Amino acid sequence: MQKQYTVSSSPHLRDNVSTRRVMQDVCIALIPAGLASIWFFGLRAAILIAVSVLSAVFCEWFYCKHAKKPIPVGDFSAVVTGLLLAYNLPASAPWWLAAIGSAIAIVLVKQFFGGIGQNFMNPALAARAILLASWATLMTAWVAPQGGNWLAGLTPAATDVVSGATPLQAEAGAYSLWDLFIGNCPGTLGETSALALLIGAAYLLFRRVINWRIPATFLGTCLILFWIQTGTFYSAEAGANSALYQLLSGGLMLGALFMATDYSSSPVTPWGQIIFGVGCGALLFIIRTFNSSMPEGCSYAILFMNVAAPLIERVTTPKSFGEVKSHA
Amino acid sequence: MANTRTFKGGVHPHETGNGKQSTNAQPVIDAKVPACVVIPLSQHIGAPCKCVVTPGQAVAMGQVIGEAGGFVSAPVHASVSGTVKAISSCVVASGQRVPAVVIENDFQDRWDENVKPRQNVGSLDAKQLLEIVRDRGIVGLGGATFPTAVKLAPPAEKHVDTLILNGAECEPYLTSDHRLMVEHAAEVIDGMLLEAKILNATKLLIGIEDNKPDAVAAMRQAAEGKNIEVVALPTRYPQGGEKQLIFALTGRRVPNGALPADVQTVVSNVSTAYAVSKAVRENRPLIDRVVTVAGRVKKPANLRARIGTPIYELVEACGGLEDGVRKVVLGGPMMGMAISSLDIPVTKSTGGLLALGEEGVHAQESPCIRCGRCVEACPMRLVPTRIDAYARRSQWEECSKLGTMNCMECGACTFVCPAKRELTQSCRMAKMGIRASAKKS
Repeated sequence: MQKQYTVSSSPHLRDNVSTRRVMQDVCIALIPAGLASIWFFGLRAAILIAVSVLSAVFCEWFYCKHAKKPIPVGDFSAVVTGLLLAYNLPASAPWWLAAIGSAIAIVLVKQFFGGIGQNFMNPALAARAILLASWATLMTAWVAPQGGNWLAGLTPAATDVVSGATPLQAEAGAYSLWDLFIGNCPGTLGETSALALLIGAAYLLFRRVINWRIPATFLGTCLILFWIQTGTFYSAEAGANSALYQLLSGGLMLGALFMATDYSSSPVTPWGQIIFGVGCGALLFIIRTFNSSMPEGCSYAILFMNVAAPLIERVTTPKSFGEVKSHA
Repeated sequence: MANTRTFKGGVHPHETGNGKQSTNAQPVIDAKVPACVVIPLSQHIGAPCKCVVTPGQAVAMGQVIGEAGGFVSAPVHASVSGTVKAISSCVVASGQRVPAVVIENDFQDRWDENVKPRQNVGSLDAKQLLEIVRDRGIVGLGGATFPTAVKLAPPAEKHVDTLILNGAECEPYLTSDHRLMVEHAAEVIDGMLLEAKILNATKLLIGIEDNKPDAVAAMRQAAEGKNIEVVALPTRYPQGGEKQLIFALTGRRVPNGALPADVQTVVSNVSTAYAVSKAVRENRPLIDRVVTVAGRVKKPANLRARIGTPIYELVEACGGLEDGVRKVVLGGPMMGMAISSLDIPVTKSTGGLLALGEEGVHAQESPCIRCGRCVEACPMRLVPTRIDAYARRSQWEECSKLGTMNCMECGACTFVCPAKRELTQSCRMAKMGIRASAKKS
């Protein structure tokens, strides 16, 4: 009897890329921002990141085990969520806040809606919004960076903790453009260093994990709108009243490069991604400019657009190759 | 219209184990002719042939054994001389069982008396040439096996002015067209000019992927002074897709549901052109073809095999399979068909024979992560992930709205999917579902 071979549908070759590899790439891309946060905010940043990641992975495992679903921990997507959640916390946040945040992100936002690929909002951002509403004081207790002071905030010495205003709240001249670029300013762990985020994003673009559409249109829209509104591209005296300063402040870089590009909650269609990016930029501009009680606006801008993503995708389904214009 | 020279979408399977280099420098060699050939009577798209031989009858090489069963059909010829042993059936690549003629080889290779060089080729008109192509059983050798005589006779109101030869050979591993262009450039060009005469086409283009510089050079040399443009195209799958190739070379878009003739174009494969040349010059019917045998075989090669040769003979000719072969594919790895056993005959559509190991056996599917890679890859600009979601729920109407019928099943979406989802299979399912529900209503 002749040997029987596997019969299946073509194609018979597959690319090397896998979900796990994609998620690992995102983790690698987030390393520079993590290192920057540890440098500027000390080892407590490392503790928050570790707690957040462990909590995310544990919650994913725990939920899937008890919901009798396949356990997807090996795909690294929970690690990404844990990292992003930590990057959205201020350095002064207690460790349990990180643990709760990750649990919300994984269980409530991701798994309740069907797991990977099904969450209609970015899990880390939705969790951040919930934490912000529930523990507003803890979530906005900004501390000044102390580059190289590993034990900042971990010793009882009162001088260790210096509260600080974020660049968007601070007076003009408090932070130089260079400070904003390298991340030497108060803010959440992962958002402050534009440099580290850009290095990570460059890696993701190089690995083709993300494409240019959402980050470029998001950042571009913000830059143009703030430039029009303030009339200043950049000047040291203008502070937050200049386009470049706005671009490098707050969660914009982290949001545009790593949050808005979340696969599940952004459109898959090319034009949809462009509309999504422009929408994020416009909403962020509106929130920062017209809502005085909320100087930051990145999370909400992205969350709003997340909800709109399915609709955007529906109206931007590409015309198939060979679809002829109807001459009605 | 400007030459755009490429198309939107596509993938680079060549970067992940291309496999072409194992055979692309090897001259085509004649495969051992087997003691017994099994010739299916349906080797083309269209009506099956009517068998015109009886068991026990002596047949000459090139003698008609199956007559065309309709307008869209092509006759089948004996690929060896000998005796008809049986009229039975055999399993072909698609898994279907079809009627077949079994011929015992007498190893005389005695040609049918009709097969002899033709002297008056120059004086033949289009109609006579077309009749030869029809009579000699020529079908599209790129894989689809559409009867060439039908393709070369588009309705006059289409005003076909352009003939494109497809030498892209964009499937990984396959090099049979490549070798043919290098070794028989003159005959390929000759066949093209004959096809052009039949069509009365004046604009002649040949598209070849730029990973075959020697083929491009050979074809350019052979085409010199003949008003044929040989174009090197970027190496990207599926560059050889009919609609993609037409767009790349002429900028014309074939409308959905329409044929190339609707944009005044006909596309023919290079090996088809070669067969046309042989048919016209020597009255030689299509009784053999070049098969690339590659992958996990001990000595990969390009073999010229008689139609009806069992696949296992080709495998043996290449030193046998390596250990760990899990899948055998007829055709290329992107669009070929997996076969369950090697006891299947070579037909007019068999361009490749590929042995794959574990890499050809599909990984476990995982949930879609909505990365959009399939959307970027689809050369027909569809949204495979959404078609997949609807197809799995049997929502054929939604699939239809998403343009699923335009899918050509090239496999690019499945190839790039990080979640290893069977997107192409879903599209196939959806196409069947749409057709079935259209029939019902």
